[in-house]
This record gives sequence, structure tokens and C-alpha cells, in this order.
Amino acid sequence: MGTTSKLAKLYLALVFIILYAPIFYLIFYSFNSAGNMSNFEGFTWEHYAAVFEDTRLLSIVVNTIIVALLSALISTAIGVLGAVGIVYITNKRLRQSLLSLNNVLIVSPDVIIGASFLILFTMIGVKLGFASVLISHIAFSVPIVVIMVLPKLQEMSSTLVDAARDLGASRRDVFTRVIVPYIRPGIFAGFFLALTYSLDDFAVTFFVTGNGFATLSVEIYSMARAGITLTINALSGLLFIVTLILVLGYYFVANRAKTPFQAGVPK
Amino acid sequence: METKSRTFLMVPYYLWMVLFVVAPIALVGYYSFFDIQGNFTLANYQNFFSGTYLSLTLSSFWYAFLITVFTLLIAYPTAYWITKTKQKQLWLLLIIIPSWINLLLKTYAFIGIFGMNGSINNVLTFLGLERQQILYTDFSFIFVSVYIFIPFMILPIFNALDKLNPGLVDASNDLGASQWVTFRKVIWPLTVGGVKAGIQATFIPALSLFMITRLIAGNKVITLGTAIEQQFLVTQNWGMGSTIAVFLIVFMVIIMILTGDREKGGNQRGNY
Repeated sequence: MGTTSKLAKLYLALVFIILYAPIFYLIFYSFNSAGNMSNFEGFTWEHYAAVFEDTRLLSIVVNTIIVALLSALISTAIGVLGAVGIVYITNKRLRQSLLSLNNVLIVSPDVIIGASFLILFTMIGVKLGFASVLISHIAFSVPIVVIMVLPKLQEMSSTLVDAARDLGASRRDVFTRVIVPYIRPGIFAGFFLALTYSLDDFAVTFFVTGNGFATLSVEIYSMARAGITLTINALSGLLFIVTLILVLGYYFVANRAKTPFQAGVPK
Repeated sequence: METKSRTFLMVPYYLWMVLFVVAPIALVGYYSFFDIQGNFTLANYQNFFSGTYLSLTLSSFWYAFLITVFTLLIAYPTAYWITKTKQKQLWLLLIIIPSWINLLLKTYAFIGIFGMNGSINNVLTFLGLERQQILYTDFSFIFVSVYIFIPFMILPIFNALDKLNPGLVDASNDLGASQWVTFRKVIWPLTVGGVKAGIQATFIPALSLFMITRLIAGNKVITLGTAIEQQFLVTQNWGMGSTIAVFLIVFMVIIMILTGDREKGGNQRGNY
């Protein structure tokens, strides 16, 4: 047993190192005064300064955050309403097919989503830019919110709603004061995931973004195609910290509330 | 009354479903019958079954297959050993964090690592070897793709392994099965659902990668995704692009059916 666990530890450490090496490699060279990713000459903050001086890049960062927050908020609202609706559908067939349709966008490759949305927007005349990107992000985030909220709704005892109704609560009160508080962890989890989906998306945005508007991923792509710029490295250093905060925040919420990711929790 | 107000609340959701799930797929199907001038035609399908697109499809499948196999080979032992650690949730979190880092940044890192003047080549010259062309090769494409997909493969396999009752493994060992037999007859069959979910999460995206092919493989590797992107955004031939997309959707459905172990889980949850 001793040898197996030693081998196991070595293997895990190796996978761990390989997974993190490129990220730390990027961050390491973000401090390189030589301006390339091969010879570390000396320490400098200049690339970080360059990020904060680049007004175009900063406005792209702001755009990205606005799109992420708005799309997460709106998709959470649509998704929660949808999930509540699905749970109360008594026809099993209908519910099952709704759930299958719900999952289409989760399993579809990004290229398909991007290309088909591009056709859709061109046909109904949505101008490519902020609006098309925001709508796409809402569209691909809705199903993940539904998936995160649904288990919470399903484990909620229907007697809670009945009790509230018997005690004279209006339908609106039942929704805002019984159902929503109960499924809040699922709502938070869905919101967080929608946020990260939006922040991370490249392919769909790339298709529907047009010329005037860019999110960070699209901008990094065009910068990377042009070659190595240590501004990207500095940016990745900053994003790494933001991501860590987001992940830790998510896990804090998830652990406190035992959301679906904590699948092993015995009931 | 009750049902009416509920249906009313569902309006945004239904609207979303019609506009962004049903309509886009229908539109892709519709566009696949038009040529670049907007005339109705079956030429796109003829074109697809002519040599170039068929060989492109085959090579795309081959790459996706290789990527999936390597990812699985690395991910399964990792997931297995994570479940054996004391702090398994922490280890899992550590393995998952890189998947939350922007995909573009991770890919960009490899341009620096694999480049002609990159770190690997610096090590090679330090060892007295010649510089190698690593970027823009099949190897770099597969390596980077595997790197990207590893966490997505680990997660479902970990979940399956974590649910496995350790008593079954002990029983198998007690009854005299070798470790290999225990793995083959007990562990693997009980975790194959997780493996299938992982394959789904790897193979379908691997067929449709286009960013990694452009940045890491130059134009050497063309996947179905690259071809679609090319037709839509470069050539502006939406008809041909849609035709390839139709086939990608068909392949996706076939793969979903082949790896469709998840249906059972879905039904069980639907029983509430």
C-alpha cells in the first residue's frame, strides 16, 4: 500500500504541476523587462502599467464585465422562472421534452451556437455588437441556471407551499417568500456559473461580435494572433487573481449551502 | 387560474426556447440548402460528400479520438487517486481551478512555451540539442487540447468513483481477485457512466475546436469547427458552413446516443 500511495502522490503532483505550469509561466514572464517570453532579464511592473494605460483595453474589460453581469442577472431571472414552471408541469412527457430541449445549448459545440445565432441575428435584424453579444450570453446561460435550480425545487416539499397558501399567502408571496428563499443556493450557483460562462466565452462571441465591439477573450485572440505581447501576460496575472476570488467565493457559497456540486451529501 | 398564471410566468422561458434553441437549429438546416448567391441547391451536400470534406471529417474524427484517448488515460488515474487522498474535495478543487482560467490565456501560454525561441527550445539548446519546430505541429495541437480537456474529464469520473461503494472493492479483494481483476470487473463497470460523460465533454468539443487549431496548429490541422468558422467568417459561404454544421449536429446526436448513459439519471431525477 505504501508504494502505491507514493506513486499516487507523485502522479497527482505531476498532473498538478502540468496543469498549473502554463498559468504561472504566463504570470512569471509578465514581470520580464525584456519584453519576451523566453529570457527573463529583470523585474518590472511596466506591463501592468501598460494594461492600466491602455484605455481601449480597459474599456474592453469594462464591456466584458458589463456583459457578464447583465447576462448573468437576466438569464438567472429567466432560468428561475423556467425551472419553477417546469417543476409544476404534471405531464411527464412534456416535462421530459422541455428538459431535453433545455439541455441542447449545453451540449452543443460553441461553433454551432455561434454560427446559428449569427444567422438568427442577421435574419431578425439585430445589429452585431453589444446587443447581439449580450443576447447570446443570456441565451447560453439560461439552461445552466435551470439545471442548478431544478434539484433544489425538486427536493422542496410541496407541503411548504400548501401551508403558505392555507395560511393565506398570495401566489406572489408564496413565490417570493417561500420558494425563492428555499432555492436561493441554487439561484446563487446558477448566477455564478452564468457569470463564468460569460466571462470565459470566446467562440460564440467571436461569431456574433461584429467589428466595433469586443470582449476580453476576443481581444486576447486577436492580440495572440499578432504575436507575443507581455500586456497579455500582465492581464493574465490580474485575471488569475480575479478568477481565484470568484472560485473561492463560489465554493464558499456552494459549501455553505450544499448545492448540487456537493453531490455526496447524505440526506 | 393557477395554471394560467404559471404559464404566464413561463413566457420568457418558452420564448427563449423557441428563439434560441429551436429557431437556430432550424435556420442552420434551412441555410444548408442555399448557395452563396442565395439560390436553392443541393450542391452543398454534394460538395460535402466529395473528397475534401469527407477526408476533413475523417481527420477531424481522428484528432478528436486521439485527444479523447489521451485525456482519458491521464484523467482516470488522476480521478482515481484523488478519491484516495484524505482531502479529496480540496484536491479536486485544485485540479478544477485551471479550468476556470480563461481558455485563451492558457492557449496563449503555449505559444510562448512551444515557440521557436520558447522555453522548451531553450532547454533543448541548453542540453546541446538543435531547436525543434514544436508549434504548428500535430503534437502541439494534441498536447494543448488534452491539457485543456483534462479537468472536464476528471470531474465526471471523480464523481462516479466517489459514489462507488468501497465495500465492493474490499469484497472483491477478500474473495481473492487480483487488483487488475477488481479494476476490470468491479471498478470500471461501475464508473463507466462517468467515463462516458467525460468522453461526451471531450469528444464533441474536440471535433469543433477552432481557436486552438488557429493559434497552436497554424493551419495544419483543420477540424469541423475550423471549417465552419472558415465558411462563415472568412469565405462568407453560410450555406456550406451550415451544411457542415448540420453534419456536426448529426455526429453530436450520434455520440450522445452512444454515450447516453445519463438518460437514466435524468429520469430518476424527473420522478420527484
